[in-house]
Amino acid sequence: MENEILRILAENSRLTNEQIAVMLGTTEEEVTRIVKELENKCVLLGYPALIDWEKTGEDIVMAYIEVKVTPQRDQGFDKVAERIYQYPQVKSCSLMSGGFDLFVVVEGKSMKEVALFVAEKLATIESVISTSTHFVLKKYKEKGFAFEQRHKDNREAVVL
Amino acid sequence: MNIQKMLAPHVQAVPPSGIRKYFDLINEMKDAISLGIGEPDFITPWSIREEGIYSLEKGYTNYSSNAGSIELRQEICRYMKRRFNLEYSHDKEVLVTVGGSEAIDLAIRVLVSPGDEVIIPEPSFVAYKGCTLFAGAVPVPLKLKAENQFRLKRADLEPLITPRTKLLIMAFPNNPTGAIMEYDDYVELVDFLRDKDIIILSDELYAELTYSGKHVSIANFDEMKDRTLVVNGLSKAFAMTGWRIGFVCGHRDIIEQMKKVHQYAIMCAPTTAQYAAIEALRNGDEEVKMMVAEYNRRRRFVINSLRKIGLDCFEPFGAFYVFPDIRKTGLTSDAFCERLLMTEKVLTVPGNAFGDCGEGFVRATYATSMENLMEAMKRIERFIRQL
Repeated sequence: MENEILRILAENSRLTNEQIAVMLGTTEEEVTRIVKELENKCVLLGYPALIDWEKTGEDIVMAYIEVKVTPQRDQGFDKVAERIYQYPQVKSCSLMSGGFDLFVVVEGKSMKEVALFVAEKLATIESVISTSTHFVLKKYKEKGFAFEQRHKDNREAVVL
Repeated sequence: MNIQKMLAPHVQAVPPSGIRKYFDLINEMKDAISLGIGEPDFITPWSIREEGIYSLEKGYTNYSSNAGSIELRQEICRYMKRRFNLEYSHDKEVLVTVGGSEAIDLAIRVLVSPGDEVIIPEPSFVAYKGCTLFAGAVPVPLKLKAENQFRLKRADLEPLITPRTKLLIMAFPNNPTGAIMEYDDYVELVDFLRDKDIIILSDELYAELTYSGKHVSIANFDEMKDRTLVVNGLSKAFAMTGWRIGFVCGHRDIIEQMKKVHQYAIMCAPTTAQYAAIEALRNGDEEVKMMVAEYNRRRRFVINSLRKIGLDCFEPFGAFYVFPDIRKTGLTSDAFCERLLMTEKVLTVPGNAFGDCGEGFVRATYATSMENLMEAMKRIERFIRQL
């Protein structure tokens, strides 16, 4: 039941607990209880909307940054990751396998702003060895949703 | 020349489908929501589409063998065993057809002679009656009852059997009611049918869309397997309606004759679609599961909403239709659908389009987005309140 609720919320977090309860054939109280529990356990962290900022007047530049770091004794990568993800400019931060260590997503108002943030804040952190910045030019798909126009229902009326 | 006089009377006598006129109306409306179309709103999963495209790139554009490519027939046999515990041999007992519809037409054509009787439980998909009439046979409607959740009962069947009864059509999960048949429902029927010279044409296109337990086919009963033709296909379960791939499994002597008609009339099912179908059956189970889960959520939402609005609605456990009872409103099915469409722009289909005993009911499909369904339910509620 927990996972089913999460799957529904991952698709559309605007549904009410009552609506979810109906879809799953259970009571609203049960869904409310489970959602609360998932929030408390930090399984459910938030309910953000998925926005194509390109189509708004807002200027938002996004960059994916590969960061190589020296892991610290006793703390591994966690401590340096924490130093990085505390910045509000950092939207996402993950530890990676492969050629680099941390994958950091940074958002800013301009390329210059992002570049400066990387040069002045990220690259200067003590255990950071190097950074490699990739600016996002166009997004095609995120969280399972394609950014192009939604699929139109063009089913024709047939006899059946 | 009087062309009218040249037309075969038994074909001319079949009326066009009653659903048509509503579809013509809705085409001219803005913001209309259609709960009328009987096909998935999902697009065929990409891996399946991709396999079709790839087959074209490789130039696989020839005919396949008449019965369908061997690879596809083998995959069908594995699928039928895996999903429904039915075993068939790919070389003699399976025929790939152009949608389930062709299989239904073929089955009726090879089994009935003029004057033979075909029992058709109603409300039902409109093609059975048409195909029966085209074959010169006599359709015998069997009235399914709402109080039995539109399941087929021996007591309803028995009085209709005559020496001319040749074929019994069963279609569960059912279009338009969404009814299913469970194991226990079959027991009394099988007991009655096991020694009768009647073939069962079991249209199981919606088998995957079963929301209560596992789908059971009448062919799962050993004594019925040889006398049952199981029609299935990829249209509904894999969201592949436009590809036109269906298949039929059954006794080799019947399949042999069906293959003959098929090879003269059709040659073979479209090759591109056959390649896509192989991928679907081989690797599509997860996609089907996801779609079924989504249909099930919508199903519960729609039943709950209709009941809240005050319409009686038995719980359908299959397909993607609900079949609410609208008699309380005092309107006929036709009037209900027409007024709902004209005032609130929601298209449903009158139950009597599926046989006389569908009068007093309407069919609505939940094969449309949750967003559409929510809006449609609001509109239906408003419509009922102002009656």
